[in-house]
Amino acid sequence: MKLIEAARVIRSKNAGPTQVTLDLMFDSREMYERALAAPSLKAAVIAQRFNVAEAEIIPYPAANAIKIVLPRRIIAGTPGDTDVYGAQQHRPILDLEI
Amino acid sequence: MSAFAATIDAWKREKGPLRILSASGQLGYGIPEPAFRAGLARKPHLIGADMGSVDPGPYYLGAGKLATARRSSKRDLGLAIVGAVRNRIPFILGTAGTGGGDPHLAETMDIIREIARENDLNFRVATIGAEMPRDAVKAAVRAGKVTSIGPIGALTEADVDGAARIVGQMGMEAFQRAIDLEPDIIIAGRACDTAIYATLPQRLGFPVGPALQMAKIIECASLCCEGGGRDAMLGTLEGESFILESMNPNRRATPMSVAAHSLYEQADPLSVAEPEGILYLADAKYEAVDDRRVRVSGGRWEPATQFSVKIEGATWLGARAVLVAGSTDPVFIAKAQEIAASVEAMVRELVPPNPKRPYELFFRFYGLGVVGGQPVTTVPEEVGVLVECIGETEEEARAVAATAKQYLLHAPFPGRISTAGNLGFPFTPPEMTAGDAYRFSIYHIMQVDDLAPLFPVSIETIGR
Repeated sequence: MKLIEAARVIRSKNAGPTQVTLDLMFDSREMYERALAAPSLKAAVIAQRFNVAEAEIIPYPAANAIKIVLPRRIIAGTPGDTDVYGAQQHRPILDLEI
Repeated sequence: MSAFAATIDAWKREKGPLRILSASGQLGYGIPEPAFRAGLARKPHLIGADMGSVDPGPYYLGAGKLATARRSSKRDLGLAIVGAVRNRIPFILGTAGTGGGDPHLAETMDIIREIARENDLNFRVATIGAEMPRDAVKAAVRAGKVTSIGPIGALTEADVDGAARIVGQMGMEAFQRAIDLEPDIIIAGRACDTAIYATLPQRLGFPVGPALQMAKIIECASLCCEGGGRDAMLGTLEGESFILESMNPNRRATPMSVAAHSLYEQADPLSVAEPEGILYLADAKYEAVDDRRVRVSGGRWEPATQFSVKIEGATWLGARAVLVAGSTDPVFIAKAQEIAASVEAMVRELVPPNPKRPYELFFRFYGLGVVGGQPVTTVPEEVGVLVECIGETEEEARAVAATAKQYLLHAPFPGRISTAGNLGFPFTPPEMTAGDAYRFSIYHIMQVDDLAPLFPVSIETIGR
C-alpha cells in the first residue's frame, strides 16, 4: 500500500526557517503502526528521498501520527529558495510503500 | 484601576476557573467577528492575540514592515481593543507588526492611537521592546553562549554587526514586568506565543505546566478543532486541567484533533522550550467533555537553571527584480535549462556584475521540478517562467531582469519552430522591481543570566 492511500494527512511545514517537518496522520492505530514499522519510513530512506544528510522520525501515538524532521536545504526565504513556508515538500514520500 | 489590576483583584476574591480568550493566531488576516463576540459574552479574564512569526520569511523582520495590510491590521486591532477596553478586559498582543522589532511596534502603536481617537477610548498601554542590544549578543558570541538552531552556521560578531535587525523572543518574565505597570493592554514585540496566555495564570498561582499547555494550544485560535479554523477559542483553566471550546458553535474540538495540533509547526511535539524552562507534553491527556469540548491535562513544567532566548536576525542582501512569463513550446520546454544557461551567459556579458558584489540570477521553470526541488517524470505542455535577480541596486536588478527577458524571449536553439518568440507575458512590463531582499542570518539560542535588560517595558496613556 502506498503512503498516499494509507494516510489521511500528509503535510509539510517549516518548524522555524532552518527545518521542515512532515506530519503523517492515520485514521487508525493499525495503519499508524503499519507505517511506523515499514522499512520505507526509516530515517536513512527518508533522508535519501529528500537528498539531505539526516532525517528524524518521531512517533506520536496520541494522534496516530508520525513526524519527520528534516534540515532545510536552504534557509527559508534565502535567495534560491522555492518554498518559503515549506508547505509543498511532501511529494517525495507520497508513493512510499508501507 | 487598570484592567489588569481590577481583573487580578476580582479573581482573587472569587477564585475559580480562569477564562482566556484567544482572538487570533494571526491578527491582521481577519478575526471572524461572530466567534469573537461570542467569546466576549463569556466574560473572559484575558483576551490574547498573536500578530507575527518568522514564517513569512526574512523580509518583514529586516525591512521593519508589516506582512498584513494596514487596513486589515487596523480592523482586527480595533475589534480586539475596542472589545477589551469597553468591557474592561485585559488584552495582550504578542509579536506586534509581524516581526516584533521596534518599527513593527511603532507602526502597531500608531494604528492603536488611531483606533483610540476614532472610538473615543482612553486606556493605558504597556509596551515591551524585543530588539536585542548588539553588544549583548556579541558578548554572548564571545563567551560561547550562542548555539545554532538547525542547519545555520555558528554565529559570528560580524553576523551580528551585519544584520539589519535582531529580535529576541520574550517569555513570561517580560510580560510579568509589563503587568506590574498596571496597564489595560500590553503590546509586545517578538514574543513566545505561549507567554501571551500563560503569564496571567502564572501570576495568579496556577500551575505553570497546564497553563502553558493551554497557551500552546489556544494561541492558534480554533486551529486545534476538526478541520481547523480561525475563530476565537476559549480556554478555561481549572488548575491541573483545562477545557477547550471554540467560540464558533460549528467547530468541534475532539481529543484527536487537539492531540494532533501539538504536531503543528513544531520540530518536537513532546516538548516546548521557553526562555525560563521547558514544557513537557509526553503525559498529556485528552478527554472529550462533549462532542465539541475537550479537557486536557498532563503538561509538566521544568524551570531552567539557565535562561535562554531565541534570537532572530535578517540581513539585507540587495534589491530584487523579477520577470514573470510562460511557455507552451515543446522544443523550448525540452531544452529550457540549457537555453537559460546560454541566456545567463549573455546577460552577464551585457550587464557585467560588480566583481566585489556580483548580482545573483535565478531562472525557474515551473512545471519542470522547481517547488519540491525534485525532477519531474513527465514533461508538461506548459511551463511558468520566473527570472529573479538580486542586485546591488534596484537599477541593476531591473537591468538584469529586462535583459534576461529580451534574450530569453528571442533565444535561438536547435530545432526552434516558434521563431517569433519563446515566451508569453501576462502583463507589461513583465519585469518588475520587488523591493529589498533579505535573508535570515540569525536563528540561534542565546544563554543569558538576566532577561529583564533585553526586553524593556514602558507605559503610556492613550486617548483623552
